Amino acid sequence: MLEIQDLKVNVAGKPILTGLTLQVRAGEVHAIMGPNGSGKSTLAHVLAGRDGYDVVGGSVLFDGANLLELATEERAVRGIFLAMQYPVELPGVSTMVFLREAFNAQRRARGEVELDAVEFIQRVRDKAKAMQMDDALLKRSVNTGFSGGEKKRNEILQMSLFEPKLAILDETDSGLDIDALRIVADGVNALRSPQRATLIITHYPRLLDYIAPDHVHVLAKGRIVLSGDMALAKQLEVKGYTWIDQEVAA
Amino acid sequence: MSVAPHSVEKLLTDRYPHGFVSPIAADTVAPGLDEDVIKFISNKKAEPSWMLERRLQAYRHWLTLSEPQWAFVQHPPIDYQAISYYSAPKPPGAGPKSLDEVDPQLLATYNKLGIPLEEQKLLAGVAVDAVFDSVSVATTFKKELAAAGVIFCSMSEAVREHPELIQHYLATVVPHTDNYFAALNAAVFTDGTFVYIPKGVRCPMELSTYFRINAANTGQFERTLIIADAGSYVSYLEGCTAPMRDENQLHAAVVELIALDDATIKYATVQNWYPGDAQGRGGIYNFVTKRGDCRGARSHISWTQVETGAAITWKYPSCILRGDDSIGEFYSVAVTRGKQQADTGTKMIHLGKRTHSTIVSKGVSADSGQNTYRGLVRMSARAEQARNHTRCDSLLLSDRCGAHTLPYMEIRNPTAQVEHEATTSKINEDQLFYCRQRGLSEEAAVSLIVNGFCKEVFNQLPLEFAVEAQKLLNVTLEGAVG
Repeated sequence: MLEIQDLKVNVAGKPILTGLTLQVRAGEVHAIMGPNGSGKSTLAHVLAGRDGYDVVGGSVLFDGANLLELATEERAVRGIFLAMQYPVELPGVSTMVFLREAFNAQRRARGEVELDAVEFIQRVRDKAKAMQMDDALLKRSVNTGFSGGEKKRNEILQMSLFEPKLAILDETDSGLDIDALRIVADGVNALRSPQRATLIITHYPRLLDYIAPDHVHVLAKGRIVLSGDMALAKQLEVKGYTWIDQEVAA
Repeated sequence: MSVAPHSVEKLLTDRYPHGFVSPIAADTVAPGLDEDVIKFISNKKAEPSWMLERRLQAYRHWLTLSEPQWAFVQHPPIDYQAISYYSAPKPPGAGPKSLDEVDPQLLATYNKLGIPLEEQKLLAGVAVDAVFDSVSVATTFKKELAAAGVIFCSMSEAVREHPELIQHYLATVVPHTDNYFAALNAAVFTDGTFVYIPKGVRCPMELSTYFRINAANTGQFERTLIIADAGSYVSYLEGCTAPMRDENQLHAAVVELIALDDATIKYATVQNWYPGDAQGRGGIYNFVTKRGDCRGARSHISWTQVETGAAITWKYPSCILRGDDSIGEFYSVAVTRGKQQADTGTKMIHLGKRTHSTIVSKGVSADSGQNTYRGLVRMSARAEQARNHTRCDSLLLSDRCGAHTLPYMEIRNPTAQVEHEATTSKINEDQLFYCRQRGLSEEAAVSLIVNGFCKEVFNQLPLEFAVEAQKLLNVTLEGAVG
C-alpha cells in the first residue's frame, strides 16, 4: 500500500530524513519509534503533504500513485489520515459542522453520495459514544478549550469517522493518562482490517502494549536503523535509545 | 500561465454579481451644488417651507467646513461640484401608489438583486422599502404594518404626511453641525426610510431597506430616522449595492435612532457597495454618520454591521446612553481586500447611571486591504457604575494588508468599569493544514476559519440574513489567501 524508497527531506536547508525506506502492506500495523529529533514527525508531515518540507530525493508510492505529487486534501480523499500531535483550535467553527463539511467534501471528491444531516449526526454520535466522548464536545468549537486528552480523543473520533486506508498517528499517546491511552488503542484496534494499514509514531513503547503492532522500526538520524517485532519495542522499554546510537555508530 | 481576458472579467463579475447597470430612464439634475439645487430637490419632494429652511441652513454651515482629515484613509480630493445631487427613475413625482404601478424594469432590477418586491414572494415577515438612487420606489406591507400602528414609509412621504414627528425628532441625534458629511447630507438628502413604532408595540415583522445606486455621477444621500416609543421593539436591516464603474461615487448617509423608555431597536447593515477593481479604480466612498440615542430609561440600541463592500468606509455607528440602565451594543465585521480601506468603529457615550455597552469588532484584511478600528468609550461624570466591554480582533490573510486598532477611552467617573481586549492574528498555517488534511480545499478551509472568526457577530443577525452574510463573505474572500 505504502512504499517509501530512500526518502530524503530537508527542512530550511537542513537534512532531516536522510534515506528512509519503508514498506507497509494492507492489513499491517507498523510502529515507528525513535528519540526526539530523529525525524518521526517530519515523516508524518511529509506523508500528509504539509508545506515547508523539501523532498530532495527518493519516492513515495501510495496504492501505486506518486503520493508526493498530490495536494494535501487529495491525499485525504484517497484515504490518508493523520492524527496530529498538536490538534489545532478553530474558534467559532462547531465541531459537528467541521466534521460534516470535511466528511462530505471527501465523499464528493470520491464521487460518492453525501450523507444528509440526520444520518451524519447519528453516525458521529454513535462513534462518539463508542469512545466515551461527551456529546457536548461536538457542539463546541473545534478543539477550542478542549483539554489535551479531549483533543486527542477528537482525533481518534475523526479517524474512526473517516475510516482511512492508511492512518498515521503522530505521538497521539503523548501526555495521555492510562484511560485515554486505552481509548486511543481501542480506536486503532477497531479500525484494524485486511484493507487498512496503520503507522504509529511514538516515543514511548507503552501504547504498543495495547496495540501489538506487526512491525516495529527504530528511526535515528533520519533513517530506519533497526526493524523487528514487539520484542524490539520491549528492548527499547528496558534499555532506552542510547544503545541504538552506539549500535549504529559501530 | 495565460488567462483569457474574458475569464478574468468573469471572475471579477462573479465576485461582485451586483455590478450591472439597469437601463432605466432617469430624471437627473445637472452636476453641481448651490442653493438652487437644494431648492430644486425640496421642490421635487413637495416639501413644506420649514424643511427647505433647514436644508439651506445646513448648506450654509457646510460651506464653512472642510473635509475631515483624521481618518486612516487616502483618496484624491472629491469635487463636490462634479456630483449630481438628484436622480430619480422616470416618471418623477410622488412615486407609484402600488406595486402594479412600479416600472417593470425596476422590479426586474430588484429581482436580479434577490430582493423581489412582489409581496407574496417576500420572505415571510419582512417588509421592504426600496430606495433607487435618490427616491424610494416601493414600500411593502404598509397596510399590515399600519394595522399595528407602525409607520414605515419613505422619508419624503414622512416629511409630507407626518410633519409633527419629523419636526420633533429629525436631526436631534445628528444635528447638521455634527460633521462635514452630516452637514452635506442635511442640505441635500433625498430619500431614506422613516419608522415610528408606537408605545408598547412589538413590530410584527422585520423591517428592511434596500439601497441601490444605479445612475452614474450621482451621489446617494439618504436619511433614515427610526423612533421606538416607550416599551416598543423593532428590528431593522439595510442592504446596499451599486453597479461597477471606474469613477468613485459618494454615499453620505445619516441614520438616527431614538429609543424611549424600555424600547429596543436592533439595526443591522449588510453593506456590499461596489468596492472598486483590483487596481483600486472606482468604487463607492461610504461616508456615513449613524447614531442611536438611548433617550429613555432601560432603552436598548444594538448595531450590527457586516461591511464587505465600498472602496472606502468611514462610519462609526454610535450610542448615546442617556437613559439610566440603558444598553448600547456594536457588533461589526469589516472585510477589506484589493485596495479597499475601512476606518470604522463606534462611540459609546455613557451619560446615564448603570449604563452598559458592548463592542465586538472583527476586522478581516486581505490583499492590500487596510482595516482600522477606531472607537471611543466615554464615561461621563454622572455615569455611576457604568460598564463597557470591548473586544477587537483582527485577522490578516496576506503579507500586504494592514490592521490598526485605535481605542480612545475617557473615564470621568471612578465607579465606571472599562475593559478592552484586542488580538491580531495571521491566518494560521496550522489551521489550514489541519482542515486540508481532513479533505477540505484551501478555499473551503479559509471560508470556514473566517466564518468562525466572525460567528459572534453573525449570531446577532436574523437567521436569513446571517446565512446571506455568510455567503457574501465567502464570495468576497474567494482566492484571498496569499
